Amino acid sequence: MKMKWALFTMLLALGSVLSGCEPLLVLDPKGPQAKTQADDIMLSIWIMSAIVIAVFAILIFMLMKYRASKQSKDYEPPHIEGNAIVEAICVGIPVIIVIFLSILSVKSNYEVEATPAGYEDQEPLVIYASSSNWKWHFSYPEENIETVNYLYIPANRPIEFKLYSFGPITSFWIPQLGGQKYAMSDMVTTLHLAADVEGEFDGRNANFSGEGFAKNTFQVTSMSQADFDDWVKEVHETAKPITEETFDKLLEPGHLGRSTYTGTHLEFSPAPEHNHGSQDSNTEESEHQHHDSNHTDEESNHHSNH
Amino acid sequence: MDFFERFAVPHPSFLIYASMVGIGLTMIAIVIGITYFKKWGYLWSEWLTTVDHKRIGIMYLLSALLMLFRGGVDAIMMRSQLALPDNTLLDSQHYNEIFTTHGVVMILFMAMPFIMFFFNFIVPLQIGARDVAFPRLNAISFWLFFMGMGLFNLSFIIGGSPDAGWTSYFPLAGNEFSSSVGTNYYMIAIQIAGIGTLLTGINFMTTILKMRAPGMTLMKMPMFTWSAFIANVIIVFAFPVLTVALAMGTMDRLFGTNFFTTVNGGMDMLWANLFWVWGHPEVYILILPAFGLYSEIISTFAKRNLYGYKSMVASMVLISLLSFFVWAHHFFTMGQGALTNSIFSITTMAIAVPTGVKIFNWLFTLWKGKIEFTTPMLYSMLFIPLFTLGGVTGVMLAMSAADYQYHNTMFLVAHFHNVIIPGVVYAMLAGLTYYWPKLFGFMLNEKLGKWTAWVLSIGFVLAFIPMYITGLDGQARRMYTYSESTGFGLLNMVSFVGAAIMAVGFVLLVYNIYYSTRYASRDISNDPWDARSLEWATHTPVPEYNFAITPQVNTTQPFWDSKKNGHQLFKGKIEKIHMPNNSGLPFIMGCFFFVFGFAMVFSMWPLVIIGLIGILACLAYRSFEKDHGRYISVEEIEETETKLRGAKQ
Repeated sequence: MKMKWALFTMLLALGSVLSGCEPLLVLDPKGPQAKTQADDIMLSIWIMSAIVIAVFAILIFMLMKYRASKQSKDYEPPHIEGNAIVEAICVGIPVIIVIFLSILSVKSNYEVEATPAGYEDQEPLVIYASSSNWKWHFSYPEENIETVNYLYIPANRPIEFKLYSFGPITSFWIPQLGGQKYAMSDMVTTLHLAADVEGEFDGRNANFSGEGFAKNTFQVTSMSQADFDDWVKEVHETAKPITEETFDKLLEPGHLGRSTYTGTHLEFSPAPEHNHGSQDSNTEESEHQHHDSNHTDEESNHHSNH
Repeated sequence: MDFFERFAVPHPSFLIYASMVGIGLTMIAIVIGITYFKKWGYLWSEWLTTVDHKRIGIMYLLSALLMLFRGGVDAIMMRSQLALPDNTLLDSQHYNEIFTTHGVVMILFMAMPFIMFFFNFIVPLQIGARDVAFPRLNAISFWLFFMGMGLFNLSFIIGGSPDAGWTSYFPLAGNEFSSSVGTNYYMIAIQIAGIGTLLTGINFMTTILKMRAPGMTLMKMPMFTWSAFIANVIIVFAFPVLTVALAMGTMDRLFGTNFFTTVNGGMDMLWANLFWVWGHPEVYILILPAFGLYSEIISTFAKRNLYGYKSMVASMVLISLLSFFVWAHHFFTMGQGALTNSIFSITTMAIAVPTGVKIFNWLFTLWKGKIEFTTPMLYSMLFIPLFTLGGVTGVMLAMSAADYQYHNTMFLVAHFHNVIIPGVVYAMLAGLTYYWPKLFGFMLNEKLGKWTAWVLSIGFVLAFIPMYITGLDGQARRMYTYSESTGFGLLNMVSFVGAAIMAVGFVLLVYNIYYSTRYASRDISNDPWDARSLEWATHTPVPEYNFAITPQVNTTQPFWDSKKNGHQLFKGKIEKIHMPNNSGLPFIMGCFFFVFGFAMVFSMWPLVIIGLIGILACLAYRSFEKDHGRYISVEEIEETETKLRGAKQ
């Protein structure tokens, strides 16, 4: 009785996931990486539902059949040690399921960690996304522009995000384009995404980073390559250049609206990229300097190369 | 005045002031009450100085119930804040403190002592021992835990609570981003309690290995004792990692080292790695004893021996090994690459296999049984479906590519509550109901008990299932608010209603304890559930020496065999029994630890030194103390036995 009820609740929950009035963001992918993940999620939901239903069914059967009220008063349950065949089945079936899911998981791992499927032949657009309390800075080194709290990307082109943080660990997340990756202060991580369609998407920091965390969000607009090129041109015509002074102001803790600059902060405050682990570097050091004494950013004017 | 300013709460609010007043009044009431009833002497000689595993167990239980209340209030406040979009009940800082303390309190100061209660009370009885291997060390364990708990709870009225999450990730938890003393409390209070837990681990490993009754080979140990043994082995291996991590964190915060900072070569993910190298085994420290309790309860009320004893043991051993090889699944998104993620993904999913074996063994224990629906059994039968749901979502989370989407979302929050509440909390409540007659000599009301189980389960489903959905819809965890346009509002309101229903469930539990204390019959047998293992073979209340004659063990369920198959448990005659003396030293040393910890939190170095000298003096005193325990004479034992036998049949 209660089991049916529990089952019902679960199916209801599942039902609303699958067919809710508006599709859930994660299950409404707009790019190949998010699609891979959504497919994995749905497939695993189905497999897991089968397991849950099997367990529920066995439980209901046992409780119906073997409850004391259904048996004679003098019934003495037998002593049963266990049965090798039964237990082999109980191990075997989960092992098969786990092997299947492992293969799936490993395959998807390599997919989401590479240039998105279908875009392998294109040169990816590199964007440095760095977080500071509680903002996102997007630097486009090739276009030589920088934005705060909003991101314009060309649709149908692979994007290579280079993530790092000016402070606490944050997690860069655009649910409809793909899953998260951490941004940290002493290394640069790479996230491969692509948008299959033009449109607006929500993005946010998903990793708790202090007081302003809840509103640490940004807006993503995916547009055609032509529109994107127009936008870049427009920025170069209208925006002011970013200077160390303005950038230092931007880094101060707080919330900011959108802003746009020409140039990138990478020129005077390079990303913590290095190829020898993360022992002796910090956010302000360039990859060419290994002296732990200097973390004044004036000294390093190297453009980070990648 | 500058000296006192440091003790002020940096972000005061009405709720905090109200709690201060509340706590102050309660303290005064307790002191007045004890003085009025002249119970100070009793408190000191019977409880504060006790080394009896049963009394220490009960003190753990009281602490756990107190903390369940505190953590529950935190939970209700969080759900109230999130019930409506753009709610302003709590501000961001307050919310951050609340979810941090909720996590720490529930895991370390509620679930852990609850389990310690079961270790302490049940294990020596189940193996037919008179006490644990090191009774005084056991008292030290408790007092260190208790002082750690006290220190941690002090944070929200003196100096401010930690606010960097229960995981306390650096660099957020470093001085640069958390300047209040809150995180100092976290580092030092958990350190003190953690040392106590480590000592418990050593104590119980020794107890179980060395003090079993004659005939009880390892493969004849009751399943709860097995689970306790494995959990304590995990404690001994995992807790030193926490000790080291907390020491490093403390040094970063107090002594200017740079282990986890963003500058001078600090590595921010080093903390996360160390934390989870301890943290993942920690969840198995919680869940394995819960599994042990379910094994005892299901077997008792299915009136059958546990199905697949050997595979139950094997699966626990396997889980304990695997638990040390999965920690990176807590941060698949750190960017360690596809290969590393694949390895940790597979090890994580592999845990599903032994866990599945246990589920099926419980199901087959019901097979051909004669199932009685008592309250403990009801919890167990609710546990199986709900925990399975939590287990399979765990497998989903283990798929690392998909985890990029689940990570840091309410989906994850739903998952771990879905395993911890039906898994651990239900086991604690089932176990508490099951062992209540052994503890206090009367049973909890069955009707109220079943109501509690049902209300909790309905509340649980309403509170946590919606989180799976909002997680997939992009609701990150630990957000103190969200805007209406996100559409999270409705489901969060459902969660709030569920949480409120769960609160009603816990009130029912308290009412049940009150009601049964007043009205329940005291005329019950030593074995009211018709159970199978040794703890039911002794008297209720359990005499201080547990068993007048050490029991003889032949199978995994010696007491059952003595009832059904004519096995003779107690052979021979009563002899004098050697017992340890009470000692005030553990309590006094605990107090010095408290002083030391408090002084460390506020960097009051002279007081730190005084605390340290006190601790060392206690250690030195103990080293030179001659205490060989005492003997209980045969006459005394016989007198006790006659009295207890007279009272209970």
